[in-house]
Amino acid sequence: MNLAAFLSNTGFWAAAAMIAAVVLSSTAGEVLTAAAMKSVGDLDEIRAHSGLKGAIVAVLTCPLFFAGIFFMAVAFFALLFALNHLNLGLAGPATASLTVFTNAVAAKLFLRENVDRRRWTSAVLICIGVYFLAH
Amino acid sequence: MAHQKLSLYQTMILILVAICAPLGNTCLAKGMTSLPELTLAHPLALFAAAFTPWVALGIALLIGFFASYLTALSWADLSYVMLATAWGNVVVELLAHFCLHEQVSCQRWLGVVLITLGVGLVAPGPSQTVQPAPLSSGAPR
Repeated sequence: MNLAAFLSNTGFWAAAAMIAAVVLSSTAGEVLTAAAMKSVGDLDEIRAHSGLKGAIVAVLTCPLFFAGIFFMAVAFFALLFALNHLNLGLAGPATASLTVFTNAVAAKLFLRENVDRRRWTSAVLICIGVYFLAH
Repeated sequence: MAHQKLSLYQTMILILVAICAPLGNTCLAKGMTSLPELTLAHPLALFAAAFTPWVALGIALLIGFFASYLTALSWADLSYVMLATAWGNVVVELLAHFCLHEQVSCQRWLGVVLITLGVGLVAPGPSQTVQPAPLSSGAPR
């Protein structure tokens, strides 16, 4: 779909809002799940101490984990909604590549990870690479 | 504390994260496109679709992806896991080209090169820059 046809069929801001909804809910899901796993601790050590059942119980008793799953489900349905209204050639690459970048930003802001120059450069390269692959 | 070097086991977990998701999605897509059109009027048909070989394999691979992804997040940063496992997209592209003999455009080859450069840049770096919770806080005894 060329830009003129795209703008005439779906408003630019409506398309941007749909893509933003997918990217933001996906990022929220990833960050909450990562925060949950950090609060649970090293799963390999837990499995060594308490077995596989203990590791599963440790994950399933963490409320943050379910918050992460909830936002991942929201992201999934938001993507289905976006694909119903937008061209796959636009929605697929845009959401896939932007999520890489927003995850790096959210990891630095909310998880206090040290996203140094090496990781930023890698995020930009992978973001552009995923866009080219998905387009 | 930064973990400078991953063990072989941890590297294997990251490889599982990288390849299980794209392969699982590919199996699901292959399985679902080979089925007759499904509608919400016949929900049992959707349930039955989960037991066809390709869809079942796709679901098993995605369960494997999620288990290994959670394991990786418990000892590595989100920004590290996300970037280091982006190489899975390249694996699918290479499989499509060399095994299925699909044509890969110059733009897609450029994507492969950029992702490989990005992963090569981040993978040798520290996998963890924040201290995880002590074992006693999360583990049932």
